Amino acid sequence: MTLLKHELKQGRTALILWTTVIALMLTICILIYPEMAGQMSDVSGMFAEMGSFSAAFGMDRLDFGEFMGFFGVECGNVLGLGGAFFAALSGISLLAKEEKEQTAEFLLTHPISRGKIVAGKLSALLLQVIILNIFVTAVSALSIWGIGESPDRRTLALLFLAYFILQIEIAAICFGISACISRGGPGIGLGMAALFYFLNIIANLTEHAEFLKYITPFGYTESADIITGGCLKMEYVSVGLLLTIAGILTAFFQYCRKDIH
Amino acid sequence: MKAIETIALTKYYGKSRGVADISLSVEEGDFFGFIGPNGAGKSTTIRTLLGLISPTGGNARIFGTDITGNREQILGQIGYMPSEANFYRTMRVKDVIKLSARFRKKDCSAEAGSLCDRLALDTEKRIDQLSLGNRKKVSIVCALQHNPRLCILDEPTSGLDPLMQREFYSILQEHNARGTTIFLSSHVLSEVQRYCRHAAVIREGRLLLSDSIEKLSHTETKRVTLRGIHTPPALDHMKDIRITDDTVRFLYGGKPEILLKTLAPLPLTDITITEPDLEEIFMHYYQEEETSHDTVEA
Repeated sequence: MTLLKHELKQGRTALILWTTVIALMLTICILIYPEMAGQMSDVSGMFAEMGSFSAAFGMDRLDFGEFMGFFGVECGNVLGLGGAFFAALSGISLLAKEEKEQTAEFLLTHPISRGKIVAGKLSALLLQVIILNIFVTAVSALSIWGIGESPDRRTLALLFLAYFILQIEIAAICFGISACISRGGPGIGLGMAALFYFLNIIANLTEHAEFLKYITPFGYTESADIITGGCLKMEYVSVGLLLTIAGILTAFFQYCRKDIH
Repeated sequence: MKAIETIALTKYYGKSRGVADISLSVEEGDFFGFIGPNGAGKSTTIRTLLGLISPTGGNARIFGTDITGNREQILGQIGYMPSEANFYRTMRVKDVIKLSARFRKKDCSAEAGSLCDRLALDTEKRIDQLSLGNRKKVSIVCALQHNPRLCILDEPTSGLDPLMQREFYSILQEHNARGTTIFLSSHVLSEVQRYCRHAAVIREGRLLLSDSIEKLSHTETKRVTLRGIHTPPALDHMKDIRITDDTVRFLYGGKPEILLKTLAPLPLTDITITEPDLEEIFMHYYQEEETSHDTVEA
């Protein structure tokens, strides 16, 4: 508990900053929708004809004139990328920062087993992702209610759920990497998140690369799939869960054996 | 009961040597100095004892408990002061000290308060506002506030001013008098000679010797300083001869009688004959080791 509290305190500023920025940007997107909605019917047709560019963002299958279609794409970019970056940065630094800042000699010479340290830090990481998502979801719901839209609740919930799972997955993978490195964390974390994002775009562009959707968590957050299908693609989610578990196991296994310098 | 016991403890980083074949024994209640030049393997040995790194060979026991697999139990009895005093930079001193106590599930506020007073440590300051010396003081408080059974200190006095060094050692001596085993590493021989009861010398990852300070300091050799002459007297068994202006200094390992007879007719203005300090003995020992190494290699 002491470690969990300590980690939450250490990560407090970053959490507040990321949550605020993501919530604010989502709110802005939602608030400008009514103004855009009138012009959207034309835009939607235009987007549908832009070929691979629209396909890259799933806009060929979404109706931009509908709130959910608009929100799906905007949400994908703001919450998807923002959340992924937050999860990656938090996950990648948690274990490695102790060595980088040379605080490992302080923390690890107290009577706490390495396993408990990993568990404490992992709980802090998951809790931070949960807090961010609760707040962002609540603010978005309020904004949607504010502009008088009433989209399908189940679809909306599925969208947020998908992004939540994505963040957990990226956080867990980066956490596993964090146990293996002692410096250079943030670069690797941001690189991972960006790579996953672009893998999904490539998968959207060409059928030959569709297998990439199994690898990148952005595969199951594809709003076009969720809105038209009404559910998450479990074949992608289950690979994501496996990677999540692998990340966590790596963290425990590696950190309990690691030489701290 | 042995506080620390290592048996052929070995740590290699890949192919490069950390320490090799260290067999060390420290009795409970001892005040033990671990001496060696920088890079000799002092920190590697200490970090292995604390479980920060795992040995590649041999093993070690703290209060009879094997260090592998019992980290939590062992660390509960240890207070550790690392050579680099680094803490979470944005935290306040008092919060770091409290955090350390909470990790140990102990209320140490009384002892912590008294230590902070004696070390004149401002607990309201943030860590990133502190000088190295002040961060060292935070380290001292964290290492001692829970009254550990064994206190391990890695180069504790570097960065502390002389007054604080003295206060620091008197705190250590008080804890030692109450039964705490003190194990400190240092490359300052004079402080080891002054405060420790036993000492071990490590060099290039290997233990050279381990004995009581008395025995280590005791030697037939004397340091002789003569003023008023410019050339060394005609004596056998002289070593480390140094001549400056009208002063001749050397280590003499022969019979005192012959020394006095040879000196008697010389026009000396001053003379001192003393025990060489530990530093001189070790420097000497190191040099001998080096020469013997050279010979072997040649």
